[in-house]
Amino acid sequence: MGSVVEDNISNALQALLEQKGSLAQKVFENEDRINTLELEIDNAIFDLLALQQPVASDLRFIIASQKINNDLERIGDHAVNIAESDLNLMKIKPIDSLLELPKMAVTTKTMLRNALDSFILLDPKLAQTVLETDDQIDDLNRSMTVSVIELLKSDRHTIECGLEFIRISRNLERIADISTNIAEEVIFHTQARVVKHHAEEN
Amino acid sequence: MTETLQMPSILSESSKTDTKLETRDVNAFFGKTQALRNVSLNIQKNHVVAIIGPSGCGKSTFLRCLNRMHEVAGGTMNGTILLDGEDIHENDPVNLRRRVGMVFQKPNPFPTMSIFDNVAAGIRLNRMAHRNHIAETVERSLQQAALWNEVKDSLSKSGMSLSGGQQQRLCIARALAVNPEVLLMDEPASALDPISTAKIEELIYELKKDYTIVIVTHNMQQAARVSDETAFFYLGELIEYDITKKIFTMPSIKQTEDYVTGRFG
Repeated sequence: MGSVVEDNISNALQALLEQKGSLAQKVFENEDRINTLELEIDNAIFDLLALQQPVASDLRFIIASQKINNDLERIGDHAVNIAESDLNLMKIKPIDSLLELPKMAVTTKTMLRNALDSFILLDPKLAQTVLETDDQIDDLNRSMTVSVIELLKSDRHTIECGLEFIRISRNLERIADISTNIAEEVIFHTQARVVKHHAEEN
Repeated sequence: MTETLQMPSILSESSKTDTKLETRDVNAFFGKTQALRNVSLNIQKNHVVAIIGPSGCGKSTFLRCLNRMHEVAGGTMNGTILLDGEDIHENDPVNLRRRVGMVFQKPNPFPTMSIFDNVAAGIRLNRMAHRNHIAETVERSLQQAALWNEVKDSLSKSGMSLSGGQQQRLCIARALAVNPEVLLMDEPASALDPISTAKIEELIYELKKDYTIVIVTHNMQQAARVSDETAFFYLGELIEYDITKKIFTMPSIKQTEDYVTGRFG
């Protein structure tokens, strides 16, 4: 499931960088597979809970997996949104610069990769790095908005382009947020600590 | 007022040739007291069926009907029980009890016999094997019961020298030594610690490749872990019988739901 979703993110972002419609198309084609996997995994988790009564770390693993499963499906949805924006961008007058989007793309992809790796490798330290990277994306998202406003002021014809940029930026910011959620689940599973919503600081 | 199922829902679609044991309208009595009422169900070959229900619901009585131990306990019954399509009341009960072996709640190795002799007892009594083959059979049975490695160097020690979990596996080996087709287990792990219980459960999972197993258990989680189908009994009646996953995720009958969720019993 993780690798299918990662592929879709990769393709959605490559489609943006290379302006390649076929890559965006692949994202739409894989969406069904992601949804099917989510249902299969939900079912497997349900069975395990009903028939095996897991406790301790097994229970935390199952609970974390349930949430990560749903998180990945939502990331898949954001990949589809990005792919749709890519196709829209390809229809309008091309712009020289993608502004901060390439940087956001790299950072977000890395966050997702690290979140998933930390899950598979049971590595809470790696999960922690994901939590610490989230601020970067939030900053980049804010500066994207500022840059787009500047762009629009200089050239009114770029409105559609600006809107798609903002849409992509927002979707990337959401993917980064969800990757952070995944990392929080990994920390819950491996260390039995609840770090979401800064719970530990209270 | 509950409905008694005449034929389990899941098994009406399966082929008759997969049925190992079948009961039809079985009623069982101890004197005038009725312990079982109109019990009809099919047990599929190489499946594990768990029988659950509160104390006194008839589960052990039902088990003992399947190899005619019920009559040994002084009970009577009517109705039909078929093993491979043949009525078990029409043939030799001793042979039946070889084909349908039993393991009890409290491990009961023969106290005066060694480990080896315990396993060999059934073979010798049934005159089943030439002396030379007895040792082979004993080894095979102890291996099947996952006990061989622990006792292979001490076969002449008393059966009673083993731990509870080992004694129970010895009893399983003893039952397996006479080449049964069905194993009936009456709360086989309830007297054992969790590790031994886990070993017995793993063993059941392995054994079902070669045998059909019916296990009575008061431990619902155990039923959920080990069985393919689960039968819920209450006050002598079969209330619901279905695929285990269904019983524990979405039982059809409210009484079943109330029992498995711990609201009564």
